[in-house]
Amino acid sequence: MKWPAFTRAWIWPRITDVLDRLNPYLRKLPVWAVYLAGALPPMVWLWMGATGRLGVEPISALEHKLGEAALQLLILGLAVTPLRRHLGLNLMKFRRAIGVLAFFYLSMHLLVWLLLDVQIPQQIWADIVKRPYITVGMAGFLLLLPPALTSNNFSVRRLGPRWRSVHRLVYVGVVLGGLHYLMLAKGFQIEPLIYLTIIGVLLLLRLQVQRKRQPGLPEPRNSLKQV
Amino acid sequence: MAHRWKNDLSYGDVTPEHVYLNRRQVIAGLAGTGLAVAAGSLSAETLEPNSWEEITTYNNFYEFGTGKEDPAKYAHQMKTDPWSVKIDGLVDNPGEYSFQDILSEMTVEERIYRFRCVEAWSMIVPWNGFELGDLLAMAGVQEGAKYAAFETLLRPSEMPGTAYRTIDWPYREGLRLDEALHPLTIMATGIYGKPIPNQNGAPLRLVVPWKYGFKSIKSIVRITLTDKEPPTSWSTLIPGEYGFYSNVNPKVDHPRWSQASERRIGGGLFSKRQPTLMFNGYENEVASLYEGMDLAQNY
Repeated sequence: MKWPAFTRAWIWPRITDVLDRLNPYLRKLPVWAVYLAGALPPMVWLWMGATGRLGVEPISALEHKLGEAALQLLILGLAVTPLRRHLGLNLMKFRRAIGVLAFFYLSMHLLVWLLLDVQIPQQIWADIVKRPYITVGMAGFLLLLPPALTSNNFSVRRLGPRWRSVHRLVYVGVVLGGLHYLMLAKGFQIEPLIYLTIIGVLLLLRLQVQRKRQPGLPEPRNSLKQV
Repeated sequence: MAHRWKNDLSYGDVTPEHVYLNRRQVIAGLAGTGLAVAAGSLSAETLEPNSWEEITTYNNFYEFGTGKEDPAKYAHQMKTDPWSVKIDGLVDNPGEYSFQDILSEMTVEERIYRFRCVEAWSMIVPWNGFELGDLLAMAGVQEGAKYAAFETLLRPSEMPGTAYRTIDWPYREGLRLDEALHPLTIMATGIYGKPIPNQNGAPLRLVVPWKYGFKSIKSIVRITLTDKEPPTSWSTLIPGEYGFYSNVNPKVDHPRWSQASERRIGGGLFSKRQPTLMFNGYENEVASLYEGMDLAQNY
């Protein structure tokens, strides 16, 4: 980001200062608390939908809430590295929880679509094949399946360097998620475009860093894998 | 020309809202007793109108935002008094017709219609309104008029959704003249005997029950009779998905979703889909309008 030097000099330290003060609290926050807090909203929404608190069409409402939250969590997961690198906010400890929760929301989204929305088995397959936005959404889900299944220490040890390749699937998965949202919107709507822009920026930040690294030189040993 | 059509959907009796609500509770309460069979067959018909809340809180009216609750939240900002409709084009008496003058000339009757959205949800709405044919007769349809074009109010200061070019405002719709003059086609001015709420298209809107809901244009300020097929908002924006006719047809899918079935609003979280009817159940009344036409081509 190229801001005028004086603006940058004034704003930047203030932002990073505030964020830096958050870090000690974040270090104290146990990961299980994030899992718990993240798993609660879908339960609450399900209860709201079943008791008439999600409007007169609770099926679509639930489906959209889950889908949008899954996309937001995927984006948050994608933002962990840039947040630390550029703003000094350290969420690395929670990255796995964020990713696993994103997949949980996504699975719920898919289940609501299958069981409550479409209902008719023949139509499910027809929709996947014939409706491009559903094809794209399903492809995104399938691409996120391997990273979700390997989000555990055993898989990290077992897969070694291949683990990172598997988890790069998230980049494609999140783009497909944003595209899925754009394709299902009627007319020219602004929200899916905002999501896609954020996804684009987060992916570009990664490309930038990769290009800066000099080819051929090994990374410093103590550096965390930053991809 | 009023009273040319008799409701085939019924309240059972002319059910006021609170009685209707009670009836649903009664049906639910009967389950498990010996009377459940009779009650079950009654509810299986799903001919009872949707509740006032359902009809007035789940709307598409993009001038107020693209969310289903946006119209109920923001449409109160729209001033509907005074209101006039400009009727022009191929008519004998072109001009600005005030809403009050129109109402004083028209016979308002109740029409309980199925309402099917292109998004595959549906409702049963007890409209109050008059036949569009009567209004057009008042303006005097000229020889040579073949189509009717409609326009929704565009007043950005009262319509937050128009800050975005979701569609090319103002919203436009159109009908072939024989569709416009069909006895089923009405201008609705009320629901459940009350003035139509802003989010449902106050003070007057079109209702064409055998077509997808977006054809039933809301808050109309202009009607133009022409000899050419008028451009309509959705078919201009996405011609591959929306055509001029947009008749409800379970056999012709929208490219992004199937039109074979629909979900009736009001069934809750575990509501079952039901098959969509040809021409939304008005096949006997309107199929003859499209005789010899390929409905897959003219979608």
